Amino acid sequence: MSGFRKNVWPVLVVVAVIIALWYAFAVVLNSNWAYDKAKRGGYELTFTELVADTWTQKKPRLPTPDQIGEELWKSTGARIIKKWDRTEGKPFWERIAKVAGDPRNLLRHVWLTLSATMLGFVFGTGLGILLAVGIVHNKAMNNSVMPWVITSQTIPILALAPMIIVVLNSIGVSGLVPKSIISAYLSFFPVVVGMVKGLRSPDAMQLDQMRTWSGNKSQVFWKLRLPSSVPYLFTSLKIGVAASLVGAIVGELTISQNGGLGARMLQGSYVGTTILIWAALIAAATLAAVLVSIVGQTETVVKKRMGFVK
Amino acid sequence: MMLVIAALFVWAIGWGINIWIARQKPGRWQSIVSAAIFGITLILMWELIVRGLEVSPVILPPPSMIFHAFVTNKMTLLLDFYQTFVWGALTGYAIGCSAAFLTALAIDRSDFLKRGLLPVGNFVAALPIIGMAPILVMWFGFGWESKAAVVVIMIFFPMLVNTVQGLSATDSIQNDMMRTYSATYWQSMFKMRLIAAAPFIFNGLKISSTLALIGAIVAEFFGSPIFGMGFRISTGAGRLELDLVWAEIVVAAIAGSAFYGLVALGERAATFWHPSMRKQR
Repeated sequence: MSGFRKNVWPVLVVVAVIIALWYAFAVVLNSNWAYDKAKRGGYELTFTELVADTWTQKKPRLPTPDQIGEELWKSTGARIIKKWDRTEGKPFWERIAKVAGDPRNLLRHVWLTLSATMLGFVFGTGLGILLAVGIVHNKAMNNSVMPWVITSQTIPILALAPMIIVVLNSIGVSGLVPKSIISAYLSFFPVVVGMVKGLRSPDAMQLDQMRTWSGNKSQVFWKLRLPSSVPYLFTSLKIGVAASLVGAIVGELTISQNGGLGARMLQGSYVGTTILIWAALIAAATLAAVLVSIVGQTETVVKKRMGFVK
Repeated sequence: MMLVIAALFVWAIGWGINIWIARQKPGRWQSIVSAAIFGITLILMWELIVRGLEVSPVILPPPSMIFHAFVTNKMTLLLDFYQTFVWGALTGYAIGCSAAFLTALAIDRSDFLKRGLLPVGNFVAALPIIGMAPILVMWFGFGWESKAAVVVIMIFFPMLVNTVQGLSATDSIQNDMMRTYSATYWQSMFKMRLIAAAPFIFNGLKISSTLALIGAIVAEFFGSPIFGMGFRISTGAGRLELDLVWAEIVVAAIAGSAFYGLVALGERAATFWHPSMRKQR
């Protein structure tokens, strides 16, 4: 009970305050439109009417959390049920295909973004680990490549995204791959930096111990360096997976015709429906939280199995 | 074809020099020279291969063309830099960092708020906040104000979390000593806790400096006046003026690393006492 009061209760209070502020801001930000309507209709607004109006507008400047929740349900669960009912009488697989291919279903866009993120993340992480191994084992590579890797973290590489997509499109590569390339290079650099640190983390005493046992280079790598780099790897993976997702979303801004969460946000900003943007944003946030927590859970399990946590 | 062979030759020479340097006695110059040679080798190979294979400039322009675009479009680039970096990124950076710092000071006295805000802050810091950009562009218009707003929201939580962590960096013995001297809250804040927090605060400032430029550029993809770095990059890519896009990326790279470098210099000056800043043997 005391753990709850100490750790969970404050978080709940803060979240509740944020939601209350949200509703208050909705009234303030949407009131202009409500007053405007009242003026044109030639009637006076009482405070209750004002609040009721600002919380239920069709195109509000700031939608309320319940409006966003409703939009989320309408564009996911409700769409699936609707599509399923409409294809009544068709063969089962065709119905499934129809539901999965529904372009107005938010879950389809989540899936598009997720697949690009995962493909890029896997490639970026793999290449990052390989480069880190090279840097640790080759002094010339360490001297020449490492400063560039570190510098590249301070420059906005995300700015390259539109160009990569346009160029790849012009040589005939489209769809999932261009987005994944952006995801890959965003997750690549944190992994390189983290892994180099991790592979170098065994201290002189441990390395001497390996020499005492006359361990050769590959034994030192597999039995000492790689296991000690695991905690560093997971820290980088958590940063990398979040960066991958941002990369995929920004990629979708440039090629919006293929769909994805970024495309939904852009579509919302063109037609001026804030609710659509917020729904896509909440979906992206949930996706990020799920991905990071999956990596975090894996980290806990792996570290426990490897004996890092006592 | 000759040029491609020349490129491979340049690679061999560059790599050979670097291997030779790596075998020399270690020194400070080693890494700098080595990195410079690697960079020059890459640029030369880029130039030679693009020319040798006759790659169309709408796919990958050679470095000489990018340099030419950089020189001929100086005024455009300067205007874009001013709009995006000075107005968008720097204003947002100043507002966001000071707001987060003041919030951290405000919640410092309440243990309850710290317990409540820190998990929320950590959670928000991991979210793709850049998605807020279209909403903020709608609220604040196409001008630099919306870009600054995106930057403020992006950097607020990383900065807050770091500052709060820094303010709890002093341990109870140090706090007790200040109490023994009968120091007031603000005395112990200014004379001890803020100084102890400096490494954490600078960490937040460094993270924010990279985020600020990214935020300002990406926010321009959602709508901007007809200048600005993000605008130039997205429309330039659409119109296949890739030399101009690359020139803009060069500006972004220089601005980003210079900004980071300045913050790092400030850190060196302010936290010279910290073990990580002492001269390495």
